[in-house]
Amino acid sequence: MAAPYDLNDDSVVVIIGSGAGGGTLGNELAQKGIDVVVLEAGARIEYEDFINDEWDSFAQLAWLDHRTTGGGWRVSKDFPNLPAWIVKAVGGTTTHWAGASLRFQEHEFKALTNYGKVEGANLLDWPLTLAELEPYYTKAEDKMGVTRTHGIEGLPGNNNFKILKAGADKLGYKECHTGRMAINSAERDDRMSCQQTGFCFQGCKWGAKWSTLYTEIPKGEATGKLEVRPNSHVIRIEHDADGKVTNVVYADKDGNLQSQKARIVCVAGNSIESPRLLLNSASNLFPDGLANSSGQVGKNYMRHTTGSVYAVFEKPVHFYRGTTMAGIVQDEARHDPSRGFVGGYELETLALGVPFMAAFLDPGGWGRAFTSAMDNYANMAGLWIVGEDMPQESNAVKLHAELKDKYGMPIPDVWFTDHANDVAMRNHAYRQGQAIYEAVGATRSFPTPPYPSTHNLGTNRMSEKASDGVVNKWGQTHDIKNLFVSDGSQFTTGAAENPTLTIVTLAIRQADYIAQEMAAGTI
Amino acid sequence: MTTIYEQRPGLSRRELLKRGTIGAALIITGKAVISPDRAWGMEAAALKPETMATLIKLARDIYPHDSVPDRFYAIAVKGHDTKAAGDAAHKELIEAGVADLDKRAGAGGYRGLGWEDDRVAILRDIEATPFFQAVRGDLVVSFYNQKELWPHFGYEGESYSKGGYIARGFDDIEWL
Repeated sequence: MAAPYDLNDDSVVVIIGSGAGGGTLGNELAQKGIDVVVLEAGARIEYEDFINDEWDSFAQLAWLDHRTTGGGWRVSKDFPNLPAWIVKAVGGTTTHWAGASLRFQEHEFKALTNYGKVEGANLLDWPLTLAELEPYYTKAEDKMGVTRTHGIEGLPGNNNFKILKAGADKLGYKECHTGRMAINSAERDDRMSCQQTGFCFQGCKWGAKWSTLYTEIPKGEATGKLEVRPNSHVIRIEHDADGKVTNVVYADKDGNLQSQKARIVCVAGNSIESPRLLLNSASNLFPDGLANSSGQVGKNYMRHTTGSVYAVFEKPVHFYRGTTMAGIVQDEARHDPSRGFVGGYELETLALGVPFMAAFLDPGGWGRAFTSAMDNYANMAGLWIVGEDMPQESNAVKLHAELKDKYGMPIPDVWFTDHANDVAMRNHAYRQGQAIYEAVGATRSFPTPPYPSTHNLGTNRMSEKASDGVVNKWGQTHDIKNLFVSDGSQFTTGAAENPTLTIVTLAIRQADYIAQEMAAGTI
Repeated sequence: MTTIYEQRPGLSRRELLKRGTIGAALIITGKAVISPDRAWGMEAAALKPETMATLIKLARDIYPHDSVPDRFYAIAVKGHDTKAAGDAAHKELIEAGVADLDKRAGAGGYRGLGWEDDRVAILRDIEATPFFQAVRGDLVVSFYNQKELWPHFGYEGESYSKGGYIARGFDDIEWL
């Protein structure tokens, strides 16, 4: 039974956000007997209520609060108020994610050391190694039921995968398979197996794809140590005269302000809202925002170097059938500067329905060049590029100078411009993606620009030294001992891999640390 | 309210011929735009019926799918009429935008230009305008989000109620 905690209970750990980081951390702490209150800005929508319809689902799940954008990225021109395609609901973006669960590579934890100084980039090594994280990666993969790990069988390949595989084979790629996916290939953990429905991005109506909504959260609630409060939008975090955080002010479902006391506060609102909250919590003691003595809160915003390649064939593919991310080519994920850029990228199949294909294939496009592509929708295959982008200080989540939300707090203004390395990588990936499809007879292919960001990273980054970043190797802020960051905003660099597995891994590890420090009485 | 109805009774074929058609296809009578085969008609509430007819033509020029009938384009643009009824600024944006198209097209107006290329040349000149952006930005959703249109693209839509594709061809490719 879910535990209701009193607003004045100052013994609880308050977690802001219920996605991959917050939802996992909440359950892990509850399993250890620690009292947890999770404040979630969105509603609780159970998986049977998800909608197999792209626009209707978008209206149901997407984070649509007002945001602005700036910088040179095309998203700012095509979708000026939608920098990110992420979720406002219990479970956060784990309702929407595709399920790809890849460990980072060893060299990616030491980007500065291995890539060297890159002009214009703010590269830094993680204060962590792959070896330190491996036991936690193992726990995360087991928790999430990641295929091709722990003896779990891979998913079957759909038509979109079969084309990718045939093309990859012709190009001589060696590492092409149906991925390591947190989607059940057989019944596991009381959840059924994938029914190849498509609509992974719209929330899995079978519960076959791992989401904190129907795994971590109910498991935590069953301990009686976890309370999830939906429709609770956090406004600011407050602190005492010693600089320790004491309570969290949030607007409840009726818009009334409430204050929940806390022993520890963990911020897991994704890389736009998390730094915004720290910045919006500025006080006399912390005039630049909480945990911001380094000046790095909100900086180094990363979104992965992305893009898509769609291709048209003579005959039908029906690529929307089945798992959205149905397979991967990993050969280009290595670091090999001879390609003209540092870091690497993955190629992962992707499919969109007609409504979103029209919106995203060539945003703003029209006329016969566009519609003749749409007319061949049934004959399309597609893939998504996800590669390491360079952290840059000028890519940042800032507070808007004038615009405020309905609670009077400045809205986020998201700035991004590609680094030259990002552009070189994307162009390489476009060429390789198009070559894969041409190798199996594509008659036409489309290098499609990045969508609004789904991988938002780096805006409260982890660093060895307090002057270089916001949190230490445990996600604990350098400045405030009882304030933690528990989402992808901790990432020092982005690596080439989809981030969720690493967010979950860090959350499991962070829970151990918090429990240990609480027991020792240091926080 | 903007209303769209099918198989509108009333005008005889003879009357229709008398009133004539503007451009190649659509018939305007009173406040209504009617398809030449009278399979459907649309009554305009706020915008001029001529404006609605031009919007339908414009929608097809923006997203030309030759085997898709006008009805789908009419449904896609009717929101502008509905919005114009309660929003004077939107009404002005659309009416002025269409008037500008007609002016640029010269005698006979936009719908009077017989070749798509000639109409598209005008659109290329105005594609940065708020009018064009408003029409295209709305259309990309209002046109492609019509479920009845998805079979044209070979898209099957919702699949959960049918048990997904696990037994319905998710891996049925044979030509590879």
